Amino acid sequence: MNPERREFLGWGVAAAAGAALAPGLRLIELVQARSPQEAASALQRWGLLIDITKCADCEVCVTACREENGWTGQGRTATDPQWIRKVNLRDKRTGYAQTLPLMCQHCEHPPCVDVCPTGASFKRDDGIVLVDKHICIGCRYCVMACPYGARSFVHETVSGQKADVPRGKGTVESCTLCVHRVDRGETPACVEACNRDGGKAMVFGDLNDSSAEIHHRLRTEPSSQVRPDLALNTGVRYQGL
Amino acid sequence: MGQMVRLAGAVLAVMLTVAGFADAGESRAQRVALPVVKIEKGAACVAPTEEMRRDHSEMLLHQRERTVHQGLREPRFSLKNCVDCHASRETGSVLGKEGFCSSCHSYAAVSIDCFECHTPLRQSGAAVVSR
Repeated sequence: MNPERREFLGWGVAAAAGAALAPGLRLIELVQARSPQEAASALQRWGLLIDITKCADCEVCVTACREENGWTGQGRTATDPQWIRKVNLRDKRTGYAQTLPLMCQHCEHPPCVDVCPTGASFKRDDGIVLVDKHICIGCRYCVMACPYGARSFVHETVSGQKADVPRGKGTVESCTLCVHRVDRGETPACVEACNRDGGKAMVFGDLNDSSAEIHHRLRTEPSSQVRPDLALNTGVRYQGL
Repeated sequence: MGQMVRLAGAVLAVMLTVAGFADAGESRAQRVALPVVKIEKGAACVAPTEEMRRDHSEMLLHQRERTVHQGLREPRFSLKNCVDCHASRETGSVLGKEGFCSSCHSYAAVSIDCFECHTPLRQSGAAVVSR
């Protein structure tokens, strides 16, 4: 077979394959809200991008999270649950101060999942790290393993839970990325509140979706992870840190 | 010694017989309240009554795996939907003295752990029941 003929045949096969695939088929599906009958898929990876330069000196995200998920403190800071908190940073030499919200970073390689003895701490296929409270025994290994201090233990009897957010004494909990809202096709409560009443610093989206704003900004603008040295590949990214 | 053993055996037999009579029929119903099954809403449940009575815990167990781990929030076997239909009209709850869940569970002496974490209260809005 001479080279020209081989090349010609190659083009013919490529064209035939293209024609066979083209009608109604995408090799990578577009991202949209899932139906309740559709399982979370590894095609997506949910993430957050937080621009600290826009992060205002407010607690709008924390308040929104508390209201959405129904975690309220008893005024006992040592034992109260905390899903998201504002962290204040100050450069000792220059006095330059920054503030940022810190919550579960939804790592690709979560240490909390590694240490869980029962499999209660797990990562969903779409990258959201959760606690299955049905099988959590409250050992708190994950609380110790998390480098971000994102997990808390429920020390006291809970009542008045939200229907979508079951919580109970003796289990560990943390930011769920508002998984019940994400499953409905909405954004997390903190993001919604920040964009409505806060500094418009937070963007939520699918890190794998090339048409998403978060994907575009991560590709074109500088961003960083908290503790990148741990190589956890966090789903929550920061700008201006 | 043999006589004493025989005597003790007789006393035990009498005691057991008396206990057996006391436990029978009417008096049992008086001591343990019979469950109250009030259907507040909806014509039919997601499965026939016999199946629901026997297997509702299996259904919930299976659904909780699907919901928590796979994110499948199908309404059919969701606990939220159970509560929305079966919560009492007066208290809005499936617990309490005549609560749909608690009255049966206290009669059967089976502890119910769902509502340690999940809310037993009906949420506003109509429930969707699909077979």
